[in-house]
Amino acid sequence: MMAYAIETDNLVRKFGELRAVDSVSLKVSEGEIFGLLGPNGAGKTTFISMLVTMRKPTSGSASVNGSDVVREPGKVRQGIGIVFQDPSLDEELTAYENLELHAAMYGVEGSEREKRIGEVMRIVGLEDKLRDIVKTFSGGMRRRLEIARGLLHYPKVLFLDEPTLGLDPQTRNALWGYIRKLKEEHGITIVMTTHYMEEADSLCDRVAIIDHGKIIALGAPEALKSSLGGDTITVMTNEPDRLKKLVEKKGMVECAQPHDGKLTFCVASGEKQIPAVVNLARDSGISITSVSLHRPTLDDVFLHYTGKTIREEGASSMESMRMRRMARLRR
Amino acid sequence: MNRELTAVYFMWKREMTRFFRSRSRILGSLGFPFFFLAVLGTGLNGAISLPGMQGDYLGFIAPGVLGMVLLTGSIFSGIIVIMDRQFGFLKETLIAPVSRLSIVVGKSLGGMTTAVIQGLIMLLIAMLLGVQVEWSNILPAVLLMAAISLSFVSLGIAIASVIEDIHGFQLLMNFFVFPMFFLSGALFPINNAPPLVRFFSYIDPLTYGVDGLRFLLSGHSSLPIAASVTVVLAFFALATFLAAYLFSKIEG
Repeated sequence: MMAYAIETDNLVRKFGELRAVDSVSLKVSEGEIFGLLGPNGAGKTTFISMLVTMRKPTSGSASVNGSDVVREPGKVRQGIGIVFQDPSLDEELTAYENLELHAAMYGVEGSEREKRIGEVMRIVGLEDKLRDIVKTFSGGMRRRLEIARGLLHYPKVLFLDEPTLGLDPQTRNALWGYIRKLKEEHGITIVMTTHYMEEADSLCDRVAIIDHGKIIALGAPEALKSSLGGDTITVMTNEPDRLKKLVEKKGMVECAQPHDGKLTFCVASGEKQIPAVVNLARDSGISITSVSLHRPTLDDVFLHYTGKTIREEGASSMESMRMRRMARLRR
Repeated sequence: MNRELTAVYFMWKREMTRFFRSRSRILGSLGFPFFFLAVLGTGLNGAISLPGMQGDYLGFIAPGVLGMVLLTGSIFSGIIVIMDRQFGFLKETLIAPVSRLSIVVGKSLGGMTTAVIQGLIMLLIAMLLGVQVEWSNILPAVLLMAAISLSFVSLGIAIASVIEDIHGFQLLMNFFVFPMFFLSGALFPINNAPPLVRFFSYIDPLTYGVDGLRFLLSGHSSLPIAASVTVVLAFFALATFLAAYLFSKIEG
């Protein structure tokens, strides 16, 4: 039987009338990097808070490592590590003191604490910062320290809520490296939320795209992207109509559309088709000025299912009203 | 060691580490009461003798100022839970696989320890200013100080569990903490105060703490010591229960 790190069944959380998480059912396998992707206010954080026993579901059920989040919160907590979206370190303590406090509360024996603290600090590359007060740390260092802390009690599942929010690209890349290492070398299941498409794309084995509390698409990033019908090639040419007939006769493409001065068509693996198209045009004496290839991104997937791009967050007044309302209800 | 006890110990240790690391906070918290004692106390010492007051004025207000140190120090370390919430650390403790009660107990003991240390420093200062202290009663006095400050740390935690917002803090200080201090009989004997003031003084839990301390340290009091101790302990039980209950209700 396949072991699931996380299983939810029709999980719902309401804030007043608002269904922040709306009947979410999903399964995450052990050892997976699973991404929850969606705009701010989509319900990602609320969903995670229920899995980590911070909030109680309004209805439905969820289990983490086989323990029910409502009936056995203690068992769930012991088996998970969490890195919150907002910082949750004690800034006036040193890195070591923060980790020591955490280890003690998670039942790591006294003799074992120091060894593990050294170990997790090495994983995130902060081993020489043990005695520094957290106040002096940069944003990236704090996030790494929080990841280290999340690993102290050897959790099976690590939850990362927007782990790279507000970090510079370099730090973000380094952090991705650490996250991959956790999966590959330590076999930890990782559930992360993000609203960065590239992040979900490059890091996650599977992603669930969430909007208005519902899962609207679920699968491997590659599969989601190819479900949109492959790549789009755009050829700038003086004779788009003739080129269209040629490529269609060759059976190379479908859905070719000529418009003034250019021809757009979709193909399965675009980069392999480009040379063939170029050769075909040259052999027939059609001149081409440029060829461009567009591969679908998760942004396109999001656009496809919701009719809006993920970055529109806050742009529409409806959305920001919804978010403000949620923030108020949460208080 | 038992996990819950370990959690209590480390929460206590956290308070201690933070306390000793911020010397300016210690100094700041003692500054106001110090001037009360040093300026008001010594200034009025030769000038007034209030009806219902035994001994000199400096000796009279010293236990009152001690009560003030305990009150503000304790309320502050309880209310700091709001800051923990603001800076996110609260989540880390709320999510830990230990009971909320252990967190509250650890925090309260930590806040109590720091408040009592501040109280003892104040007592030393009072002595240096010439206040006569009954040193034979120092042990029961410290126990009473501990009970007083545990009550107010708990009250602080209870309030912080409900109000969430740092802006409420100033309001609380002005309309709750300072009146509590002024009504406690710290600066004047309540026996001869107008009935309305006396009424509020009698519902102010700090009144009993101050009067008890005054009895133990100077030998004078306006209420029987047994009554004061009973009220302090009852308030202690109530505040602790309230803190534990409200803190357990916090949802991240």
